Amino acid sequence: MHHQDIAVDVVLDIYQRILRIRRFEEAVGLLFRQGQLPGFVHLYIGEEAVAAGVCAALTDEDTIISTHRGHGHVIAKGGDIKRMMAELFGKATGYCKGKGGSMHIADFDIGMLGAIGIVGGGLPIAVGAGLSAWYSNSNRVSVCFFGDGAANEGSFHESLNLASTLALPVIFVCENNQYGEFTPAQNAMNITDIADRAAGYGIPGLVADGADAFEIYRVTAAAVERARAGAGPTLIEAKTHRRGGHAEGEEAFLAGQTYRDEAETAEAQAKDPLLLLHNYVSENKILPANQLETLDSNITQAVAEAVEAARNSPDPALESLFEDLWL
Amino acid sequence: MARKTYVAAIQEALAEEMRRDPRVFLMGEDVRIGVFPSTRGLHAEFGGKRVIDTPISELAVAGAGIGAAVNGLRPIVDLMFGTFLYLAFDQIANQAGAMRFMYGGQTNVPLVLMAQNGAGSSAGHHHSQAVHQFFMNMPQIKVIMPSTPTDGKGLLKSAIRDDNPVLFLHSLSLGGKRSDVPENEYLIPIGEADIKRAGSDVTICTVGPTVYTALGAAKTLSREGIEAEVIDLRSLSPWDKGAVLDSVAKTGRFVAVDESFPSCSAASEWAATVAEAVFSQLKAPVQRVTNKDVPMPFSPALEKAVLPGEADVIAAVHKTMAYS
Ligand SMILES: Cc1ncc(C[n+]2csc(CCOP(=O)(O)OP(=O)(O)O)c2C)c(N)n1
Ligand SMILES: [Mg+2]
Repeated sequence: MHHQDIAVDVVLDIYQRILRIRRFEEAVGLLFRQGQLPGFVHLYIGEEAVAAGVCAALTDEDTIISTHRGHGHVIAKGGDIKRMMAELFGKATGYCKGKGGSMHIADFDIGMLGAIGIVGGGLPIAVGAGLSAWYSNSNRVSVCFFGDGAANEGSFHESLNLASTLALPVIFVCENNQYGEFTPAQNAMNITDIADRAAGYGIPGLVADGADAFEIYRVTAAAVERARAGAGPTLIEAKTHRRGGHAEGEEAFLAGQTYRDEAETAEAQAKDPLLLLHNYVSENKILPANQLETLDSNITQAVAEAVEAARNSPDPALESLFEDLWL
Repeated sequence: MARKTYVAAIQEALAEEMRRDPRVFLMGEDVRIGVFPSTRGLHAEFGGKRVIDTPISELAVAGAGIGAAVNGLRPIVDLMFGTFLYLAFDQIANQAGAMRFMYGGQTNVPLVLMAQNGAGSSAGHHHSQAVHQFFMNMPQIKVIMPSTPTDGKGLLKSAIRDDNPVLFLHSLSLGGKRSDVPENEYLIPIGEADIKRAGSDVTICTVGPTVYTALGAAKTLSREGIEAEVIDLRSLSPWDKGAVLDSVAKTGRFVAVDESFPSCSAASEWAATVAEAVFSQLKAPVQRVTNKDVPMPFSPALEKAVLPGEADVIAAVHKTMAYS
């Protein structure tokens, strides 16, 4: 890990994005286990460097599309944790007025075009976002986050090909956390690197270390440059690790069944993206320890306030069911 | 007889049929671990050849089920959530249902598709829609949606033995429900309704989880002196027109309760059939109680308001009672 080519303010920016995601997700996990959140939640803990590194390389005009595991993407793009938390509680003050929930958060004002609960559902839409930029001669770039599991959906293949044939400014970011639910990626595909699939569509495919936010930032910046230059899409495969279960509370229905290799899990956990970056920033004296602590306590405080505000917010009015329909 | 949960009854149906017929196998995402516990434990007994974990590729998996079915196997394809059937739509609508007819009777497709249908877990639009009505609209796809463990087991076993494509829809909200499940082998024929409650004033026709909504409403209505006959169709395609029409001939009033979006809902089909067939015996216009005509919301309060509730059923019955 090194940041020689990355400005210090970018380093700190990435660090804050990661920290904000981590503290938010820790709070969400706790709330879910306490039975305070409806539905189900899929946490992004362990994968934060991917969203943070990618989004730090984007402008506010660039757009992203996310998945069922989407909280980290929203935060990395600059989402408001108060409105996010309220949405997770299903409250009227949430991003989608309580109509969307954990798997459907969007903030169109910051180019976050929506989280999608259907695996692979976001890729075609991201192609369309890229198409709109191309059509209107805009500089905008479209990014799509998706998992290793999604790379086995037809939509992945069709989307890469479509984006490639039109040379659209789309960046496909595959978060390979090695599992789709309880199925190891290696059981669901006969290749090690999903990036290899890019060759079949005539676009570059790169593998990057998903625990190294700087590397993610670097490969994204290069893909953005390529996209803005009109040279077309890129597939980035970030090798990453999902710290927790597929969904919170999965122990209950696993009923003692296991599906992860403990040794592999321990090894991956040692590569915690927050810890790595924290150590890096401390060792390289980018920010003094007391300032790092202040940063952390400010974020923790902001998350606690978001939870409190969400709790005290009203449920959506029943009339809201008949709002946001046909114009 | 032992009281068993819905999940346990489904598990038994799958295991018994796999023991009985070596051509029967199961495939889908995480069927080994069992995202819905009904497939749990089957891998331990039957191994990886007959309990196949697949990649997340609904279209290919459903289609592979068809291909295996026309080549002598009897696949059960678990597509997890009903909304994921949308990704396999082509293979179901264009191929599975039509093949036998389209190829002039040369083949048949003994395939079972299974999925959880409908709302109740506050998971938002992508995981909470009921989809049964789409498949009722497709010629030659059978659709079953049992509401009790006993019916679930008997109907699923019939589906596995059926020589045609059958969609078996279960519901997360019914997973923990218990009923008496006979120890001895039994089948429940596809297409036969169950009269859950006899009554002379109004016929309430429904299927799946809303059976319990209808029964709750009937109880309240009874206290007012209105006796509702509650019919659990159990099968949606083909459905038991005879049982429904006989009941309406007796009561003269018809209320269809269905967790579909309203247009072209299952309820629409039942109501139209009743209006066509026994118009002269109706004392009041037929009524439909369905979801509100909006996408599925996440908020539990909103979700509840979208779904047909007991109060909605009671209001519809009152409407029919206003005519004499
Ligand atoms: C079309 C579709 N099929 C199945 C599911 C159920 N499901 C939700 S998440 C998931 C695993 C996705 O794996 P991956 O794409 O690797 O993302 P990860 O959860 O690892 O972030 C599955 C199968 C779904 N939501 N949508
Ligand atoms: Mg994955």
